[in-house]
Amino acid sequence: MSATFIPIVAGHAEGVDAAAPVTPKNVPHHGGPANPSAQALMEKFGSAVHRVDVVWGETTVIVERARVNEIVRWLHDEPSQQYDFCADVTAVEFRDLELPIEVVWHLRSLPYRRFLRLKALIPKGQPLAVPSVWDIHKSVDWMERECYDMFGITFTGHPDLRRILMWEQYKEGFPLRKDFPLRGRFSRSEQLRQALSQNPEAKYSMQELSIADAFEDLPRDMRQRLSAGEKVGE
Amino acid sequence: MGLSPRPETSRVTVDPQSQESWVTTRLDFLVNWGRANSLWPMPFGTACCAIEFMASAASKFDLARFGMERMSFSPRQADVLICAGRVPFKLAPVIRRIWQQMPQPKWCISMGACASSGGMFDNYAVVQGIDTIIPVDVYVPGCPPRPEGLMYGIMMLQEKVKKERMADTSLRNEMEPDPNSQLYISPRLIDELSEPFGNSINQTRSGL
Repeated sequence: MSATFIPIVAGHAEGVDAAAPVTPKNVPHHGGPANPSAQALMEKFGSAVHRVDVVWGETTVIVERARVNEIVRWLHDEPSQQYDFCADVTAVEFRDLELPIEVVWHLRSLPYRRFLRLKALIPKGQPLAVPSVWDIHKSVDWMERECYDMFGITFTGHPDLRRILMWEQYKEGFPLRKDFPLRGRFSRSEQLRQALSQNPEAKYSMQELSIADAFEDLPRDMRQRLSAGEKVGE
Repeated sequence: MGLSPRPETSRVTVDPQSQESWVTTRLDFLVNWGRANSLWPMPFGTACCAIEFMASAASKFDLARFGMERMSFSPRQADVLICAGRVPFKLAPVIRRIWQQMPQPKWCISMGACASSGGMFDNYAVVQGIDTIIPVDVYVPGCPPRPEGLMYGIMMLQEKVKKERMADTSLRNEMEPDPNSQLYISPRLIDELSEPFGNSINQTRSGL
């Protein structure tokens, strides 16, 4: 073995004399002590941090949309923060369509036992695009694809932004948007027709299968199909 | 067949005084008896119904009593497709393909409310009854059905198999989907089958 295996122990960065974590009780709905990382973010990025909320003891930092990648990078690399795990990427749209769409990142710092929620607001009329943090946290790959699939938010910089839950030729829009009818836009027979016309075997990309190396050994029909691109069907 | 006839065995003699056992029956009955008691299931489990299906196959309920102890995870060696759970539209071509890969004779059991009608998932993602994709022989209601319910459905299917006539070749006709739309029943009928019912009529919040 070349490198020494260093296990990650939650809370090790706080020092040996740090108090053991306890389950907080009587947490207020609004207010209470904020995550110290919020103060650090405000000092570091200044006007890019718009607001800090503490809801049910969890800190939400609303940041400028264009600088999300930079902020997540700093939170990841800075030794005093070490947010090394991105637990979730999702979005929120409100029934009041005048309110902006929120894109949410859930970050966790294992060494400091901290949880931080980042939000970026996309006001009405602006393009639904935020920077991807895929280059920092590889775990967001499928989560950003799901967010794109369900809300139509483009994560610029994502290497393979395709639909993940619905099939790739899905034409009805983005299902979790508020203007999307519960049963979809098309009739049931049309939905079924489009679903049946997809080719389930043509949806694997070269990256997913890791077969690029074995390309020459594949059957000839599969080679032809893959070299012609995966967009088969409607 | 290339076999030379063996005179000593090709002639049937009846000696009522001998101790040899004899049964005469219809070929239909014999074949159907064999088929009905050796149905090999192809489990297509997508949701909680599959858990009940596993319980049915396990020791307490013991599907082996019906000659179904061998779960056939290859459609090529299966007789019954048991669809246990909801089928999203993305899986529609998959279950269609599995059904087409199964050799005749074949049957299908739609297990549970979701597979039979979409159940409570009257939304954009879920097929409203797998009978819009493949033909179904027996519907088992329940959410999910208890193993007893599934067994009752299996026994109904066995009765159905036992009533088949080999003279009726139309039973074994393969389903032919429309080549353009891949649907095997008319779009109007699919819309009618998928029509919401009960409380779910009031749940659409479109036109916001």
